[in-house]
Amino acid sequence: MPHSHPHTTFSIPKNNEDALCVQVRDLHFSYPDGHMALESVSLKLCDGDKVALVGPNGAGKSTLMLHLNGILGARGEVEIRGQRLTRDNLPAIRAMVGLVFQNPDDQLFSPTVFEDVAFGPLHMGLPEEDVRARVDSALEAVRMSSYKDRLSHHLSVGEKKRIAIATVLSMNPSILILDEPSAGLDPRARRTLINLLRELPITMLVSTHDMRLVQELFPRTIVMDEGRVVADGLTSEILEDEKLLTAHGLEKP
Amino acid sequence: MHFDAFDRYHEKESFIHHLDPRVKVVVTIVFIVSNALLPDGAWMAFAFAWLFLLLANVFSKLGLTYTTKRSLIALPFAFIAITILFSMPGEPVASFKLLMWNLTITDTGLLRFVSILIRSWLSVQLAILLVATTRFPDLIHAFEHLRVPAILTTIIAFLYRYLFVLTDEVLRLMRARESRSAASAGNRSGGGVLWRAKVAGNMAGQLFLRSYERSDRIYNAMLSRGYTGHLYTLNPHEMQSRDYFVTAFAIAVIFIVQIIGRL
Amino acid sequence: MHYSPVPMHIPDGFLTIFVSVICWGITIFTLGLSISKTNKALGEKQIPLMGVMAAFIFAAQMINFPVAGGTSGHLLGGAMAAIVLGPWAGMLVMTAVIAVQALLFQDGGLVVMGANILNMGLLTSAVGYGLYRSVSGQSNNKVKLAVAGVAAWLSVMTGALITSLELWLSGISDLQVVVPAMLWVHAVIGLGEALITVSALGFIFRTRPDLLGEGSESAMGSRNWAYVGGLIALIVVLFSPFASSNPDGLERVAGDLGFLNAGQSAPYSIIPDYTLPFLGETALSTIAAGVIGVLVVGVIAILIGRGMKAKA
Repeated sequence: MPHSHPHTTFSIPKNNEDALCVQVRDLHFSYPDGHMALESVSLKLCDGDKVALVGPNGAGKSTLMLHLNGILGARGEVEIRGQRLTRDNLPAIRAMVGLVFQNPDDQLFSPTVFEDVAFGPLHMGLPEEDVRARVDSALEAVRMSSYKDRLSHHLSVGEKKRIAIATVLSMNPSILILDEPSAGLDPRARRTLINLLRELPITMLVSTHDMRLVQELFPRTIVMDEGRVVADGLTSEILEDEKLLTAHGLEKP
Repeated sequence: MHFDAFDRYHEKESFIHHLDPRVKVVVTIVFIVSNALLPDGAWMAFAFAWLFLLLANVFSKLGLTYTTKRSLIALPFAFIAITILFSMPGEPVASFKLLMWNLTITDTGLLRFVSILIRSWLSVQLAILLVATTRFPDLIHAFEHLRVPAILTTIIAFLYRYLFVLTDEVLRLMRARESRSAASAGNRSGGGVLWRAKVAGNMAGQLFLRSYERSDRIYNAMLSRGYTGHLYTLNPHEMQSRDYFVTAFAIAVIFIVQIIGRL
Repeated sequence: MHYSPVPMHIPDGFLTIFVSVICWGITIFTLGLSISKTNKALGEKQIPLMGVMAAFIFAAQMINFPVAGGTSGHLLGGAMAAIVLGPWAGMLVMTAVIAVQALLFQDGGLVVMGANILNMGLLTSAVGYGLYRSVSGQSNNKVKLAVAGVAAWLSVMTGALITSLELWLSGISDLQVVVPAMLWVHAVIGLGEALITVSALGFIFRTRPDLLGEGSESAMGSRNWAYVGGLIALIVVLFSPFASSNPDGLERVAGDLGFLNAGQSAPYSIIPDYTLPFLGETALSTIAAGVIGVLVVGVIAILIGRGMKAKA
């Protein structure tokens, strides 16, 4: 389905149109200092979509992500799996939206890996056996089963990033939202992470500056700048539009 | 900084390592209380307490003298007790002249001074063994079990997690300071004491702001994973019969040490 | 970087059980008060904030600056923690710092930890915050900073004075030696504390004034803190010269109260040579005296707490 925007028109890859995962309508947000961070942002993600979110620093990518699980919220609507986000269903929405922050030292706040991966399911109120089972399968999913009893501060950055993903996978989310997953990784750790993201069978929205990662993993790309969505469509088409890329400080991989 | 600069845990597969952390905490505290209760000059009791320590060292597989080698940390504090050598009334043992003072060491003074040092030296060793054989998160669980309020154990858990991150930041700030305060040949670097204090204060202020902002991000990460103001923890420890046995045995031994000390 | 111990941390073996237990009593009572106050007054966001702030104080203690002759100035942080977080949260944060120092690094003992928390965590927070609170409504930042400096210095002096009294009561040292020695050393250490606290607060005033303004955590403590802090500071100021110039007088007072014997002979027995006249010299009277001592302290603390609550 074509989308219109200030620049060009791109086609959006068809996924499962009936299973709408995330719907955002007309989101506005400004910080207390008056800085306009989001201006009329709307977008849709369907089940199984893997979408890259690109744009210069300060474009509003992180702010948008914080809206998707209700940490921030002012004007506009967010719907996850058909449920409109309100104050009352915050816990349910947060269980569906797995948000992984950029700095794994902020994401991993417990002394041990086990405690961190167990934090989400525990605070969803699950019984102990379920929590343990979920910790095991989440660590399995990121190939870190043997790290269960490790201390968080003993991990390398790459290991921390993978455990950070496990901390939200243990909540069985409907969508995984990652902020700059490949930032600060050496080439080998980056490669491991890319392989992991490719294998995870889950809807994904990933903010990144890593255009090679975008090209390799994501069929669809959303470009943001100055609080607006300026392009949304097939990655292959967007990466060919050099005028668009240079206008928003992006580089062709 | 290498991460284990602050780690005191010493990985080993040993009897002591596998004990429930509660047992180790309780026995350590009872041992230290017992030392404080032993009378001055209870040499036999001190010797038995020391044997108890050696035994614990052996069972931890860390080596007979593991804690002895690391036990000098409290020694500088002994300086503060040095005056009791001269001030307690008793028979003179030795006297000498230091600058303008005539100092006389008395037998009671000496007895007391040495006893204080031994008590302190014994106590610190079991504390060293406790952290060498127990991972810090397990110690925190032990305190949770022992009814230390959750708000305190939680702050301690955060402190432990972020002490590594923040001391790294301090190190980077200090390195940056050093690399900018190079002195030209023959000149001292930097300004006066006040100026240096101001630089240090600015570093502390900067570190404070970074920490404050970090706590915001951590709070968001906690919210994202279902935190609503209540903290839940799973406690992976369960007391085995072995743990009860060791507790009873250790306390019995310490009790006997007390009796020996009073004979 | 190595972890370097600070002189005020008392190791195990240096205080008698009697003194340790009394200090634990005061500490546990005050912490109980802090926990209930913090739970009531502060939002859920405070848990990660206090946790990271505890790590901040721990790390900030490593920042030093060369003074002269190989010595260096550095931060203890009690006053700073209380000024930026409010008094109750400041106390909890300092307690966590002291507990980790004792547990992880054996810097300070375990059984004497109650005393160390009292000396370096509770009193420093109370004095530091109390004096600062008396001017925190001021618009002139220079005045605020100057008072914060005095508050930081006095907080260290208070801790040092109480530490030396505990050592003296435990029979570790003579009053006429330990009080002036500790106070002189800490008068210098306190200067480092004051300088770093003032410039760190100055930095925060310049970059994030909102964190220290009205409505911030810093302003959470009731105004009565100004009286509490002022009172403790006044006692320290008046008491220190008296204690160091007239130790005989103090020893006589302590002797009359029964403290002195309790302290000096306590290592020999859990039941110190410490009696209440009407019960005679029995084990019972000794224990009763100890309990009464703790109760008196508790009641005073409750009354202070009540008074503050009623006015707040």
